[in-house]
Amino acid sequence: MSVLEIKDLHVSVETDQGTKQILHGVNLTINEGEIHAIMGPNGSGKSTLAYTIAGHPKYTVDSGSILLDGEEVTTMTVDQRARAGLFLAMQYPVEIPGVTVTNFLRTAKTAIDGESPAIRTWIKDVRESMKALRMDKAFAERNVNEGFSGGEKKRNEILQLELLKPRFAVLDETDSGLDVDALKIVSEGVNRAKENTGLGLLLITHYTRILRYITPDFVHVFVDGRIAEQGGPELADRLEDEGYDRYQSAAVAS
Amino acid sequence: MSATATLNTAMPTSEQQGIKEHTDGRFGFVPVQTRSGRFTSVQVADFAPVTGREAVWKLSPVKKFTDLTEGVLDGSVYPVESAAVPGVSVAWVDRTDPRIGAAGAPEERAAANAWSSFDRALAITISGEDAKEVTLTRADLGSGPRGAHTIIEAKPFSRAILILSNTGEARLSENVEIILGDSAHLTVVSLQEWGDTAVHLANHFATIGRDARLKHVVVSLGGSIVRVNPSVRLAGEGSDTELLGLYFADAGQHLEQQVFVNHDAPNSRSRVTYKGALQGQGARTVWIGDVLIGRNATGTDSYEQNRNLVLTEGTRADSIPNLEIETGDIKGAGHASATGRFDDEQLFYLQSRGITEDEARRLVVRGFLSEIVQQIGSPTLEDRLQAAIEAELTESTPS
Repeated sequence: MSVLEIKDLHVSVETDQGTKQILHGVNLTINEGEIHAIMGPNGSGKSTLAYTIAGHPKYTVDSGSILLDGEEVTTMTVDQRARAGLFLAMQYPVEIPGVTVTNFLRTAKTAIDGESPAIRTWIKDVRESMKALRMDKAFAERNVNEGFSGGEKKRNEILQLELLKPRFAVLDETDSGLDVDALKIVSEGVNRAKENTGLGLLLITHYTRILRYITPDFVHVFVDGRIAEQGGPELADRLEDEGYDRYQSAAVAS
Repeated sequence: MSATATLNTAMPTSEQQGIKEHTDGRFGFVPVQTRSGRFTSVQVADFAPVTGREAVWKLSPVKKFTDLTEGVLDGSVYPVESAAVPGVSVAWVDRTDPRIGAAGAPEERAAANAWSSFDRALAITISGEDAKEVTLTRADLGSGPRGAHTIIEAKPFSRAILILSNTGEARLSENVEIILGDSAHLTVVSLQEWGDTAVHLANHFATIGRDARLKHVVVSLGGSIVRVNPSVRLAGEGSDTELLGLYFADAGQHLEQQVFVNHDAPNSRSRVTYKGALQGQGARTVWIGDVLIGRNATGTDSYEQNRNLVLTEGTRADSIPNLEIETGDIKGAGHASATGRFDDEQLFYLQSRGITEDEARRLVVRGFLSEIVQQIGSPTLEDRLQAAIEAELTESTPS
């Protein structure tokens, strides 16, 4: 069984005002097949955690480690991490002019599997996943994210999640900017991917809205660069009612 | 001034008020005010020797081709390969052919030198409304300095894609005149895949008839110095032109294009899109895009853009858009220019999907240049160019 362990992770970022510490010792263990929700106010470091796991060059790991089945991830390049089985669904996916979705998906699949996918089954898989995500066939021939609406970009992220079949996926505010219909479609896609591959999920969100469609096994409250409280799905309900004020005033007091 | 008035009670002279000719050394010299107002002549003797300070030469390595600007050029006919295609005639014609000079005249000395030198002109005449494609290949121009002249005439209502393919060595200055009759639709692709030491200076002059449409594509990949300057006059009402360019400069290569679109009739449309990539020490590209919307060119719809992708240190890309508008009654006119390095976020996105950094870079460059290739409209040529770009990229990948 696969496991993703984050141990005492300290991360900083270079800003115009100098080095800024963002994560102050994060500890988190995700087993295959588990859904963990990380909830927290703006600026608490949730996205930093997501990008650090994926290996964005902007973030520096000062200490601590990220282990995938015991193997150190922090020393891997971005593409090595993806090939090892990690996936990040981005909050703001970038446009890649001149690269079609079809070409991009095939290139990524080939890179992850180490061999080109069998053409016939691959085309069928792509078509079925697109259909399930209510993506028009024409998307396949459009350039990656170019001229996509916010909702279309998020669907395209989940399409990749379904096709690339990672062992662990981090969804960074995938719910933001989605109307309720799109949110349902995207959530169904995530649930389908989990059912099919049994991957572990780290769901990063500001609101509890997406948790109505994707039920977490664990909820972690993230404040000031570390986990302030952990619990089951009931913790999300409490956050819905009370908000983050309780944690923030505590953080200020400490 | 009021303070000094007490010291000098005399009325200020006109000189003191600056009402006199500027003493900037040229005694009343007024630079050319309009792009179409530049001096032109077909006689090389009408141009002073090239110094490199002239507006048309200031970004070019003029010392490396004085044989073409100052020397005697071989104007004899040369080998041209082309397949026989119905509706396309290819012939050498005399200097007295009435089409010579119909589309334009040289604005600089190298072009005038070629014009003064050619024995006979290569004339490509296109007729017939069926779509057709023809490729003319020049592969054996030799290493001596040459002057050449080409006429491309598309008869009214004709349709064709014409590919001018250039390979091998050459030291060539040439003029290409492109004449589109009313409602003709012509694509001209000038493909520079010269050998490593080739020098090619070309001026393309086009005149577009009523409701006619010219797609003009400049693809420069090979050669030491390649300078292809297309100048298009939208002469007929409702005429339309799409000017596309794609260049990939490697170490030591100089690839230049000075584009001029002259909107000279109502309701004409132009789009200029040039994209280039640069890699290696001394890779140099120049793009100048002039658009003139004349007084009579009401209803003009125009946009020009240049994008450069810098792949390594040690390169230089000049990008200069100029827009001159003489009437306010137009649909639109815009320009854009951007020169940049790789977008790190694009690389991160691709890498986060398992794609290696080298492959991600190739994908981004391929995608960047594909935007031009995809618009050519000839599937066989598009495939060939994708392969050529691939070869450039494979050569460059740092191991």
